[in-house]
Amino acid sequence: MAHGGGGRLMQQLLELLVRPALDNPWLEQRHDSAVLDCGGTRLAFTTDAYVVKPLQFPGGDIGKLAACGTLNDLAMSGAKPLFLSAALVIEEGFPFDTLRTVLDSLNAAVKAAGAAVVTGDTKVVENGKGDGLYITTSGIGLVEHGLSIGPAAIRPGDAVLVSGDIGRHGVAILSARESLGFATTVESDCADLSGLVGELIAAGIEIRCLRDLTRGGLASAVLELARDAKLDMELIEGAVPVCEEVRAACEILGYDPLYVANEGRMVLFVPQEQAEATLGLLRGHPLGRDAARIGSVIQAGAGRVSLRNAYGGQRILDLLSGEQLPRIC
Amino acid sequence: MSTSPIQRQRLSLRGQVQGVGMRPFVCRLAQELDLAGWVSNTPEGVVIEAEGNEAALARFARRLTDEAPPPARIDECSAMPLAATGQESDFRVVPSRNDGAPEPCVPPDLAPCADCLRELSDPADRRYRYPFLSCTACGPRYSIVRSLPFDRERTAMAGFALCPDCRREYENPADRRFHAQTTCCPACGPQLALWDSQGISLAEGDGALRLAVERLRQGAIVALKGVGGFQLLADAGNSAAVEQLRTRKHRPAKPFALLADRTMAERLCRVSEEEIALLLEPAAPIVLLRRRKEEIVGTTHSGPLSLRERARVRGAQRGTFISAQTHDLDLPHPNPLPEGEGARREIAPQVAPDLPWLGLMLPASPLHHLLLADFGGPLVATSGNRGGEPICVDENEALARLAGIADLFLVHDRSVLRPLDDSVLRIAADRPLTLRRARGYVPAPVPLAEPLPPLLAVGGHLKNTVALGLGRRALLSQHLGDLDDVLTEQQCGAALQELPRLFGGNPRRLAVDAHPDYASRRLAEAMGLPLLAVPHHLAHAMACAAEHGLEPPFLALAWDGIGLGEDGGLWGGEFLRIDEQGHRRIASFVPLRLPGGEKAVKEPRRTALAAVYDSARLPGANAAEEGHPGLHGVPAGLRAAFSDTELAALLAMLEKNLNTPPCSSVGRLFDAVSALLGLCPVNQFEGQAAMRLEAAAGAFVWNTAADYPAPSATIPLVRDDTGLPRCDWRPWLRNLLRHPAVDDADRAALAYSFHAALADAAPAAARLAALPTVVLCGGCFQNRLLLELCVERLRHAGFDVYWPQRIPPNDGGLALGQLWAARRQAPA
Ligand SMILES: [Fe+3]
Ligand SMILES: [Mg+2]
Ligand SMILES: [Zn+2]
Ligand SMILES: [Zn+2]
Repeated sequence: MAHGGGGRLMQQLLELLVRPALDNPWLEQRHDSAVLDCGGTRLAFTTDAYVVKPLQFPGGDIGKLAACGTLNDLAMSGAKPLFLSAALVIEEGFPFDTLRTVLDSLNAAVKAAGAAVVTGDTKVVENGKGDGLYITTSGIGLVEHGLSIGPAAIRPGDAVLVSGDIGRHGVAILSARESLGFATTVESDCADLSGLVGELIAAGIEIRCLRDLTRGGLASAVLELARDAKLDMELIEGAVPVCEEVRAACEILGYDPLYVANEGRMVLFVPQEQAEATLGLLRGHPLGRDAARIGSVIQAGAGRVSLRNAYGGQRILDLLSGEQLPRIC
Repeated sequence: MSTSPIQRQRLSLRGQVQGVGMRPFVCRLAQELDLAGWVSNTPEGVVIEAEGNEAALARFARRLTDEAPPPARIDECSAMPLAATGQESDFRVVPSRNDGAPEPCVPPDLAPCADCLRELSDPADRRYRYPFLSCTACGPRYSIVRSLPFDRERTAMAGFALCPDCRREYENPADRRFHAQTTCCPACGPQLALWDSQGISLAEGDGALRLAVERLRQGAIVALKGVGGFQLLADAGNSAAVEQLRTRKHRPAKPFALLADRTMAERLCRVSEEEIALLLEPAAPIVLLRRRKEEIVGTTHSGPLSLRERARVRGAQRGTFISAQTHDLDLPHPNPLPEGEGARREIAPQVAPDLPWLGLMLPASPLHHLLLADFGGPLVATSGNRGGEPICVDENEALARLAGIADLFLVHDRSVLRPLDDSVLRIAADRPLTLRRARGYVPAPVPLAEPLPPLLAVGGHLKNTVALGLGRRALLSQHLGDLDDVLTEQQCGAALQELPRLFGGNPRRLAVDAHPDYASRRLAEAMGLPLLAVPHHLAHAMACAAEHGLEPPFLALAWDGIGLGEDGGLWGGEFLRIDEQGHRRIASFVPLRLPGGEKAVKEPRRTALAAVYDSARLPGANAAEEGHPGLHGVPAGLRAAFSDTELAALLAMLEKNLNTPPCSSVGRLFDAVSALLGLCPVNQFEGQAAMRLEAAAGAFVWNTAADYPAPSATIPLVRDDTGLPRCDWRPWLRNLLRHPAVDDADRAALAYSFHAALADAAPAAARLAALPTVVLCGGCFQNRLLLELCVERLRHAGFDVYWPQRIPPNDGGLALGQLWAARRQAPA
């Protein structure tokens, strides 16, 4: 299970096993979705499997998650989502009502993005062989812009932005799953970002790179990009937006909000001189109200990311092994 | 005698033989014995060829080892007969050879010797009040070395060409500065300057010193370029100044060290013979001393004239005065402090809040001597850094990094080439106990019982040091710091590159901790050499074994904070049996849960709550204690440490086992008990809770004249469901819950009881190994009372007991243990 936390063990699994087994140039783009040239038309293509407990949580359910996750992966290439597929793995005895609710929210999210679920599959497994419901979605989107958005486009000096406050999804899930009795007002940030990205591109922002924040949180997303781009980056701790409930919940639980999961937030890399304009556009959109500039790309390097605190000290950010193992002796 | 034939011998000296006045000494001795030949520094050590009659050669060899200058340490002296040449008429120092693999023969930095101090305070001497004087027996060494062997042109003194006077001394075999690599004088050596926060020079030379002292008296914070980097100085008697320093450094409570002379030290603290000896070591370390009671409560000390005051009376009759015995420098000052101030001044309560110890150090350089003598009272001297960062070594770097902290910068133009923090030691069980090993002790190698393969060890994550294997010696780096910090991590990376460059060793493998997320491990991975992972607590044990040349089999008690255990869990209270076959955990502690993971390390109130929660469920607990203790099962004192929301949330986490990893750490148990007694619910600095528990137990010992009573409850050995014996602290804790402390005296007695119960548990578990030898290791043994009680109880039970003395028991010693443990996994 330690391989599932979005940390270092997952990275090792990908780098040592999955990537070499499937080696090809498109995979080497190291991006959320692959951009494919199909006779002059550029298409973005992605797939993702969704596993979540509980299936319904404040702010969403597995259906909305499965839609938004794939829509977001397309959006991270700046693509306009067109078509999705959905494959369901259902545990025997799963209630019909819940299934209908989940499928409704999946469909609603896809429709709202101007796309459609055009194909699918359903399998039923024996009772006890699945956590109720797994969903796998794939998506195809159209790339209409001329930008090359991806880790390779990031340059020293670029501004690092985040589209909103972080950590809501992870805290909402935990609070719902463990019925903790606190942080009950926190809702998941689960949302489709493709509309917001479309607006930025339409406004002429020269986006260098986008990444939606998922498992492993903001820290893991920035660390992966820094490593793939071979650039050192610096984040400002106080600039990272975290709402009060999430902050307080993390404080009690002993989690670092930088590593807590999100499902409707992204980190953006834009040229320094477009940082203000980008922030203005983000903040004008309901999903980007709390957007903030959180750091900068410093220089070519080993892909180190440091976090500057209020007193000027700098802490090293690192991908953690599956769980957050205490290092204090 | 005259009939004995002329012979020639080659002598090779290894050990700490360079930069300590060895060659001039050899030269003088040879001339006295009428021998011809030469002496030279080589990368292999000091090499001598001497020619003369047989008896003189024999006397020469004997006196060489018997009379070597005090800082020198000859580990090995080998002789080889050669054919006499008859070519030489005298004995000479010949230039250093620098062609082979260099040896670790640069000594640590040495505080001024008595001869240099005499010159410093003698108005007739040309080096009167010159803050950079040194000789073959003292002065900066490792802090200024660029490469080896240790000769002026390879140090930060290279740019200071000797003036004619200094050159005469340097070349005169009869002079004590003959071949003194660091010698200089006001005419040719480094110069002092006092800068404002913009780097604008306000005064130079002696004027800089006097202005700095004046401003310190007015409450200024002065950044001083010391031996191993910058220190921040403030008037220790000025509450406002010390408070200001705390605010600016964002350091609310961690004790500050003091720069004091011996007289001040003895006035402020109870100082034993062993402690005096430690203070007077050429390393001039910070020594933790117990404050006098009147000092703690802040009442004015009155009593007979102190040593210094008596010395002052005599000195006044004889002009300036320096007592070689005390090493206190007594200089006339144009503007002396008013009567009743100075040495007799009170220490501001902010220096070491709520702790009964003061960390004191004597001056480590002539500059410190002058400052202290001119100032006339103890000075706060804390590391010149922002919290968590390495200390600054360069004045321009200091201007930037200490901006907003220091008002003034007392600097000079001799470079410090690597940061060396002040070392920290205390006396425990009548022996020195090293808490932080840096300036004055590094790079003295640790001699080993058998040779190491070519290895480099990268240490732990906090209190990091690294270590290099060099055959039968290990070179342990200075304390580098906590690797969360970017600059500290860079220092660690630099040290990993620098040690092999300076000292050779050609490491082929890297020994690392088994923890996957330590920054040191990440640095090691980036170096591209094969890794040998050493379990954390095995490394602690092997560090102690290496220090004492101890061969297996033995049992190690690794009582520590948290380290990654070999079952993937968090360990820190382990009994490891180490023998020829390997190592095996034969006993441990009942796990304590950490609500919130690392957060629980910073907040001992969390582990206290977990301890209460889990103790209350112990079988045999009475009905009221059984089951979920809820809000009402939590003792009132601990309850008060939380808001209602926090308490409910943490109880829910404990109930659902959410982010509450179990650990068998004794260190965390100390935290829990400290918080339960209301001593420290939240740490303001690392180790605070444990220190306050030790202090409370100390108060009990110090106030109880009779023999210590037996603890009121014990820590029995039980077996867990896997059959592993575990020290069970829960009965002790339940006893505390039944009889909670109501006042300070109760708290002191319970704190003592906890220490004693742990020490009593040691022999009971140690007997399981059926081995005669026990090693104590891990951060918990920084605690003097715990160490002394464990040594006493184990010896009483018939065990041979070893514990770390010159190598820190904490993670600062891990790198040495990693080398010593990894040698078995690595091909030679
Ligand atoms: Fe440790
Ligand atoms: Mg994805
Ligand atoms: Zn000297
Ligand atoms: Zn000179």
